[in-house]
Amino acid sequence: MIAVELTKMLRSRRSWVTIAVIDALPILVAVLLAVTDIGPRPGTGPAFLSAVLTKGELYPLAAVAIVLPLFLPAAVAITAGDAVAGEAQQGTLRYVLVRPVGRTRLLVAKLVSVTAFVLVTLLVVAVTGLVLGVLLLGDSNSATPTTTFSGTDLTTTQLAQRTGLALAYALLSMLGVAAVALFLSTVVRTPLAAAMGTLALLIGSTLLLTLDAAHALRPYLVTRYWLSFVDLFRDPILWHDVVLGVLLQAGYVVLFLAAAWANFMTKDITD
Amino acid sequence: MIRTQGLTKYFGRIRAVDDVALEVAEGEIYGFLGPNGSGKTTTVRMLLGLVLATSGSIEMMGHPMPRRAREVLPEVGSLVEGPAAYPGLSGRANLSLVDAMGPGGSRATRSRRIEEALEEVGLAGVDRRPVRAYSLGMRQRLGLAATLMRRPRLLVLDEPTNGLDPQGIHEVRELLLRLNREGTTIFLSSHLLAEVEQLCHRVGVLDRGRLVLQESLAEIRRPTGRWYVETQDVARARALLDGQVDRIEGDRLVVRHDDSAALNRLLVEGGVRVTALTPERRTLEEVVLKATTDSPDKVVRP
Repeated sequence: MIAVELTKMLRSRRSWVTIAVIDALPILVAVLLAVTDIGPRPGTGPAFLSAVLTKGELYPLAAVAIVLPLFLPAAVAITAGDAVAGEAQQGTLRYVLVRPVGRTRLLVAKLVSVTAFVLVTLLVVAVTGLVLGVLLLGDSNSATPTTTFSGTDLTTTQLAQRTGLALAYALLSMLGVAAVALFLSTVVRTPLAAAMGTLALLIGSTLLLTLDAAHALRPYLVTRYWLSFVDLFRDPILWHDVVLGVLLQAGYVVLFLAAAWANFMTKDITD
Repeated sequence: MIRTQGLTKYFGRIRAVDDVALEVAEGEIYGFLGPNGSGKTTTVRMLLGLVLATSGSIEMMGHPMPRRAREVLPEVGSLVEGPAAYPGLSGRANLSLVDAMGPGGSRATRSRRIEEALEEVGLAGVDRRPVRAYSLGMRQRLGLAATLMRRPRLLVLDEPTNGLDPQGIHEVRELLLRLNREGTTIFLSSHLLAEVEQLCHRVGVLDRGRLVLQESLAEIRRPTGRWYVETQDVARARALLDGQVDRIEGDRLVVRHDDSAALNRLLVEGGVRVTALTPERRTLEEVVLKATTDSPDKVVRP
């Protein structure tokens, strides 16, 4: 079943169109930066973006930081929200279940497929970012070592390792969104409702983060630590927020997957 | 093949299915009848483990359902409330995908089984266009093909001729009869009485969630003990059979009599020219209408 879901995802035109749309934004930003040579002043704009004009190899991270706040979670909400509700709406859910595919197995397969989708998207964004960064941005002399936010230098190996860590962190952050959307997908009747519900949670979370009165809630908001992967590029690495971010996302994933499973196992399929 | 006991389903406070005891024997075609909204589809969904019963038990092929769905369902082909397919894929791709999802479908024989199933439902020549572009009849045929992919011992079909033209209905009927001759048990849920009358050995009638009738079709259509006498000499026949004539419809009399041969001799010797003498049988429609109350989708002003 997992193989079938992966094939379906990778063969569907919608997945690739979505990935292309997500990828278009960092491409546009790279082209604008290359043409105008005007970077954001240090400390403003998306993370890493002020540094890419001198160091193109940082652009994959900047690209991920560009898509992470909105584009990527929106795509994840739509994809994961479609997982069960979409099949129910087009009537295929009942035929999948009587094939028979166990309900737990179906949920796992859907989760794996969404995870693969996020992974492919992140890799596409990162690789395009690297190619654009090296070709269009940065000084031609790539031998200059990368500078961390703390002012020390990073070797190429260190940069590659930390970029990998950052991508893994971004993947986990998106799994929290996926778990929420998957849960809603087992509850509501239409995929649109599941996606909108998830987006409402994300927007609400982003809004509450800016509100001082919501200070007590802050550590539990799903978007709170998303951009903490920036801390991986300090020297030494500032693990505090990253670890909290991992724990928080793991909490969301466990909680909402358990809720999705509990709801789906006892659900009457009447669509 | 299928046995339920006390099968009951509540949706909230609404009792959709009430204490249903189905008995479907191996090798028969069982017609599951009832007006729209009588709980047929809910019952079918419970048999297949899609809807979970509030109380009661289901046994299929000797195994409790839905607990043993993993062993039972690979041997069941089902069509529930209309066909469904992934709209962006071709018919063949759909059959292949669903076959790959679960147990019992060998990969080595998959493409051969797909072609056989398409052949049987009359879609063998279908091209690569996506299901999105199929007509309703083609979708119905594809749905039937999907049920045949793994040579099931039991077919559970909900309105299988929906959307088909008369020619298509005839083809499906012939297909089902042939599969049944080859040993497939068929559970056919329908509200088309004529379809059930032509196909089924036994019928169960559901009304407002209750099984109000479960009987063999032969029993239902047993002669009633009355005879239709067709003759031009209606008045003379009536005089001869005084007291035994229940009704006169044009040149046809409905006569109560124990023995058709004796009745015939009596009439002929009395000079009545008998053109036809046939036993009266109840039609399925009469029986079903008598067993069921008003159609639940009719809403009468209080």
